[in-house]
Amino acid sequence: MIIAEQKSLDEIKNLLGDGKRVLVVGCGTCVTVCFAGGEKEAGILATTLRMNTQLNGDPKAVTHLTVQRQCESEYLDTIQDQVSEADVVLSVGCGIGVQALAEKYSDALVVPGLNTSFMGQPLEQGVWAERCQACGSCVLGVTGGICPIARCSKQLLNGPCGGTDDGRCEIDADLECAWQLIYDKLKTQERMHLLMDITPPKDWSSSRDGGPRKIVRKDLRLPGQEMSNDER
Amino acid sequence: MTSDNGYKSGSNLERVLRTGHFAVTTELGPPKSADPDVIREKAAILKGFADAANITDNQAAVVRMSSIGAGAITLQAGVEPVMQMTCRDRNRLAMQSDLLGAHALGLRNVLCLSGDHQVFGNHPQAKNVHDLDSLQLVQMVTDFREKGCFQCGEEVEGDSPRFFVGAAANPFATPLEWRPLRLGKKAKAGADFIQTQLVFDLPRFREFMKEVVDLGVHEQVYILAGVGPLKSPGMARYMRDKVPGLNVPNEFVERMTAAGSGIEDKPTRSAAWREAGIAICVELIQQMREIPGVAGVHIMAIEWEKAIPIITKQAGLLPRPSA
Repeated sequence: MIIAEQKSLDEIKNLLGDGKRVLVVGCGTCVTVCFAGGEKEAGILATTLRMNTQLNGDPKAVTHLTVQRQCESEYLDTIQDQVSEADVVLSVGCGIGVQALAEKYSDALVVPGLNTSFMGQPLEQGVWAERCQACGSCVLGVTGGICPIARCSKQLLNGPCGGTDDGRCEIDADLECAWQLIYDKLKTQERMHLLMDITPPKDWSSSRDGGPRKIVRKDLRLPGQEMSNDER
Repeated sequence: MTSDNGYKSGSNLERVLRTGHFAVTTELGPPKSADPDVIREKAAILKGFADAANITDNQAAVVRMSSIGAGAITLQAGVEPVMQMTCRDRNRLAMQSDLLGAHALGLRNVLCLSGDHQVFGNHPQAKNVHDLDSLQLVQMVTDFREKGCFQCGEEVEGDSPRFFVGAAANPFATPLEWRPLRLGKKAKAGADFIQTQLVFDLPRFREFMKEVVDLGVHEQVYILAGVGPLKSPGMARYMRDKVPGLNVPNEFVERMTAAGSGIEDKPTRSAAWREAGIAICVELIQQMREIPGVAGVHIMAIEWEKAIPIITKQAGLLPRPSA
């Protein structure tokens, strides 16, 4: 899922500028699960902003609501009135939610309350770690289910490099070396031949390096839907 | 020095190794400036005492003069450069155009590295590249020479760069049992020579080399063992305690400490330490010459080029074979 963290209060206040009526919009999906921008966090942030701006002599009227899935336009239909009444919309969804809101309500000023951090998984209570970079060409089948693109500091495809120290990455003693993990896993699986082959240079064109990405599934398009340029 | 001498690349280092000499390479760190005289001064010290000098590429992720620019000046000053190239700062386009330019300037050796992560350097905010990894870089440089083609498969129009291709190995990094195999992988990718991490832990290095020899990899690639003189007990302790995988034995730390004990005068004490550091380095070189599969030494005397003439003389590595 998408893991995010709340921006500092100072940065958020700076983004709100002179806006007096602020609407905080939470999201019920990923950022709820990672405790960054769900109903609870949106409520706490709204209260904090009310109190803080009151104390600083620049009181703002801060309300909040949460939509089930901020990244999908249909889920944003019901909040039109609240959005139109706000001077600033503070989204505590991920970066996709912020953009979906801004696109849907093009007249509104929408600003982000979170920093979208990565795609990852919770490891234990209060700890999340990156697991996928969405490179668009998954290598997990030959790397023992451990992603070197997301988890090796140098994105090596032929690791581990000489910086591995007792299974840890040279850049951080708390960081497991992805290639040590891959090595151990493939050894257990008796698939060491996968390490002996030289992995050729990766085709990064399926990743962000190929430009912003878009998927069009013709099998899912509906009859009568206008063909986009991509489909022609 | 660098000429068409009938070998793969025309490099002096290749000639020295192929004619069966115990090779000596060293390191020349480019300045944190655009001053060419720094390089000329260092080259003047090293000239005649090593077969080639590695020109580091933004070593430790700190910006310095480019290895190609500094390498070209080194070459003019009469020392053959080994251009280091990391995967950290360039994508495959930039790497290949730099390799074309470097070859056109007369550079003939390239050492392919992943590169220290930028968090260690003076621009930790930088975006890193790692389009290729070091093995893929070795393959790309070798393909220029063997196939006359770019990484994409297109033919080079006219002269294709013919480099003597190097790579690095760290015998002390985990998983230890993987290190000889990874070296073999670099040979398979096309590497002609290997320079290792600094070696102080000879027992571990011997173990590593035995596995390398058992695999027959020493017959596919020339292996130059990394050595370097300690400057002080502080440096020895730092390397023992802080540098991952360097394994500096206590014996050396104690020898360095003993060398300066009882000497009050700082310059005299420092000189005594340096003398001891050089003595240890010379002993290591002499022992490495006896290890099967070791084809030479790579002497790293960081910002202490003047140690190279002394070490090579004391280790009986002079005169160097003339080109």
